[in-house]
Amino acid sequence: MKTVFTCIVCPNGCEIEAEHEGKQVLSVTGARCPKGEAYVKQELSDPRRTIASSVCVTGGVLPLVSVRLTAAVPRDRIFDVMREINRVTLTAPVKIGDVVIRNVLGLDSDVIATKNVDAE
Amino acid sequence: MTHRQVIIVGGGPAGLAAALRLKEKGIRDILILEREKMPGGILRQCIHDGFGLTRFGESLSGPEYAQRFIDMVEKEGIECITDCTVLDITPDKVVTAAGRECGLLQIRADAILLTMGCRERTRGALATPGTRPAGVYTAGVAQNYINLQNIMVGHEAVILGSGDIGLIMARRLTLEGAHVKGVYEVQSYPNGLARNIRQCLDDYNIPLYLKHTVVEIKGRERLTGVTVAECDEHFAPIPGTEQEIPCDTLILSVGLIPENELSLAAGVELDPRTRGAYVDENCQTGVPGIFAAGNVLHVHDLVDFVSLEAEALADRAAEYLTEGSLPACGLKVIAGRDIGHVIPQRISGTRDFTLSLRVSHPLADVSVVVRQNGREVLRRRMRKLLPAEMLQLPMKAVNLSDDADMEVSVE
Repeated sequence: MKTVFTCIVCPNGCEIEAEHEGKQVLSVTGARCPKGEAYVKQELSDPRRTIASSVCVTGGVLPLVSVRLTAAVPRDRIFDVMREINRVTLTAPVKIGDVVIRNVLGLDSDVIATKNVDAE
Repeated sequence: MTHRQVIIVGGGPAGLAAALRLKEKGIRDILILEREKMPGGILRQCIHDGFGLTRFGESLSGPEYAQRFIDMVEKEGIECITDCTVLDITPDKVVTAAGRECGLLQIRADAILLTMGCRERTRGALATPGTRPAGVYTAGVAQNYINLQNIMVGHEAVILGSGDIGLIMARRLTLEGAHVKGVYEVQSYPNGLARNIRQCLDDYNIPLYLKHTVVEIKGRERLTGVTVAECDEHFAPIPGTEQEIPCDTLILSVGLIPENELSLAAGVELDPRTRGAYVDENCQTGVPGIFAAGNVLHVHDLVDFVSLEAEALADRAAEYLTEGSLPACGLKVIAGRDIGHVIPQRISGTRDFTLSLRVSHPLADVSVVVRQNGREVLRRRMRKLLPAEMLQLPMKAVNLSDDADMEVSVE
């Protein structure tokens, strides 16, 4: 079977044509780098995504701190992760890189702060 | 009036990168003027990841990318006045600025770096008929509300235009519990990067309607719905294809415009194609000592390339400050067949430079050809070329001649 993928690893956004039987990749064409083939394999067997959001901060110079995942999680768990993120409220100061949720839902990915929010 | 060697107008990614490179090149007297309360520019609200892949080899969020530069600027002791709006720049390089803390400043500079970025096209630019209810936002304003101010903009959203910020906001709104009913694009192709169509729309089952636009905006106090219609190749709505879509939010992602009012005040001539300054290979505008880089010069897709362009600018601005002038750039770079615009528009033919361009419409299996006086200087075979993706070509001085204009075209 033939499927066309748009690689999301980098802004090149290569259009990759993959010949595959189910999850078994037979050949790929169109990827400008080896990451493309790895992406297609991952996408066929277990599509994963990172997400970014924000978390409320009390006592800070900003009302929110932006957060992101340190590793991609299964695509169908994104909204579960969002629920966990939305549960959190932090107290300023928050430092860039602070772990907000360690190993969120046991998915081997941390939610980390991506901004400094000083105390008011 | 005080005096500074360099004033950088705007502390976003371009301004910060330029400041650091100037310092590295031995320029000590640098002042950054930033109108927001914090430096970092638009990156502060771009909380999604994907920044820095070229620069740092990792996928950072916008605030993280900015913070790396902010930390270095602080470490280098480069002065940055925030909450300070530049009001005027004169052709003889006097900058007038004002702010709550800094008061009124008038500073003469040896060189001025224009790094003001760009702003969004609004509903006014589209002249969409209808009422003027609340609930109509540009994508960047919605992004600011949601990501910086914790204000949710609405529940049922329609997005007009398929620019990258609109696509990013389609995903962001969905993650925050809103229902995005669709993205409508008047062109026959998307305006954002392919990866954003995939990861922001397809992943969340948000439909993209090409050759469609919003023809009416409805609602008294709050938006209650829009009418969309299919369009012909001249972007005219086709009668009979109208469809009502109830919604409380309309997000506009219909293009970015370099913010050049200050440049015009300084006597800088603008290119109607980029809506940024005409510059030479040194990023120098028509006014000697005034330079421009980043989104104020031409709208970029990726911040990594904004940083690189600003650093290239800073190399030459440092040379200008040290030597007193830069080599004359008397040769034109002409946007030929299928080319939307080129940067720079003038070169010397004696030095390496990066040629940036966009095509005017989508093309497949073509070559981008650079010629001087009919002689082929560079040919790059491309499987596909999209207006949404800027192409940058490294031009080597050894291949250039210093006595003929350059023409860039697609064959």
